[in-house]
Amino acid sequence: MRLILRRIVGQLGFEVADAEDGRAALDLLAGMENVPDLALVDWNMPNMNGLEFVTAAREDARLREMTLVMVTTESEQSHIVRALAAGAHEYVIKPFTSEAMIEKLALLGLVPTGANT
Amino acid sequence: MTLSPSDFAYVAGLVRRESAIVLTPGKEYLVEARLLPVARQAGVASVAEFLGILQRRPDQNAHRSVVDALTTNETSWFRDREPFTALTDVVLPELVTSRISTRSLRVWSAACSSGQEPYSLAMTLQQFLPAGWRYQITGTDISTEMIKRASAGEFSQVEVNRGLPVQLLVHHFARSGTGWKVTPALRENITFQQMNLTAPLPPMGAFDVIFLRNVLIYFDVETKRTVLRNVSRLLRPDGWLFLGAAETTIGVDESFERVAIGRTSAYRPRATVPAGTLGKG
Repeated sequence: MRLILRRIVGQLGFEVADAEDGRAALDLLAGMENVPDLALVDWNMPNMNGLEFVTAAREDARLREMTLVMVTTESEQSHIVRALAAGAHEYVIKPFTSEAMIEKLALLGLVPTGANT
Repeated sequence: MTLSPSDFAYVAGLVRRESAIVLTPGKEYLVEARLLPVARQAGVASVAEFLGILQRRPDQNAHRSVVDALTTNETSWFRDREPFTALTDVVLPELVTSRISTRSLRVWSAACSSGQEPYSLAMTLQQFLPAGWRYQITGTDISTEMIKRASAGEFSQVEVNRGLPVQLLVHHFARSGTGWKVTPALRENITFQQMNLTAPLPPMGAFDVIFLRNVLIYFDVETKRTVLRNVSRLLRPDGWLFLGAAETTIGVDESFERVAIGRTSAYRPRATVPAGTLGKG
């Protein structure tokens, strides 16, 4: 899944870094000079799960501008509501097509509308 | 319009080889509907004729067009976005002023396919209209099968991922099996009916806004003119017509004028029709 996401956003011109889990992602972000525009976050990860990561990222003033998108197989309405309440901007449920991902990023203003056409 | 079994098998084989997507028998309607614009683009009148030529003279570019038409053109929510932005930025603010005495709007989604367009319109209206306003949406399509699907309001996980902001998903849909179903509150002001736009239309009353998007591309110029004439009779004199990004009334029906709104265009009935422009090719 990480490879697929890397390929999709890489093709859109994003520079991509990835981390094993939420904890590793926070460590990685702490060491970065520039905060990324976008974080694609799975729900199920060891050490720190996606919901915990989103909550932590929202509490960190330095990461305020970073757009948070959950990309997960967790498809219950209650999961989506919890992720949005924690501060996620979008939620993409697997399976998805690359067009669907690009459209979601267009909704968030991260790529131009119609980037996939 | 039915595809012969051998033409269908040819297309299914091509699509499977190029994209690994399997078209099972029963998808003849889909193949025909998706390939008609491709055939017309190639200057051929029918899908059967187009496939005949392709089988006699294989062509890499034409193969690609066929595969693309059958694999990447799923229906999105708020398709192309700009028409919906035009609604909230320009059209609805004007209508809310001009319809203040009735506080009621009627909208027609004239080729609604599996229903994403009329439901997107309903979400837009619910979000925009002030309290006390009512709306009614009519969704029509030539396919009885599509009308059945649209009317049921049930969508797969893959379908709801296409262009639907997740906030709207959780607000207007509920989980249903492995997919999602529109809530009764979104469903209630929409009626669906099967309709052939090229035949004389049944009485439906007048509409304030008509979405006739990505329909005219399927027709030759005479049929386009017939459809536009049929539709214009149901549009209020100060109403708004939205066409697909690759479609226009210009050169087809001069009784409309084009209005640029942001990055898109809408069409409105002209107050007076220039002499000698109707009914000529």
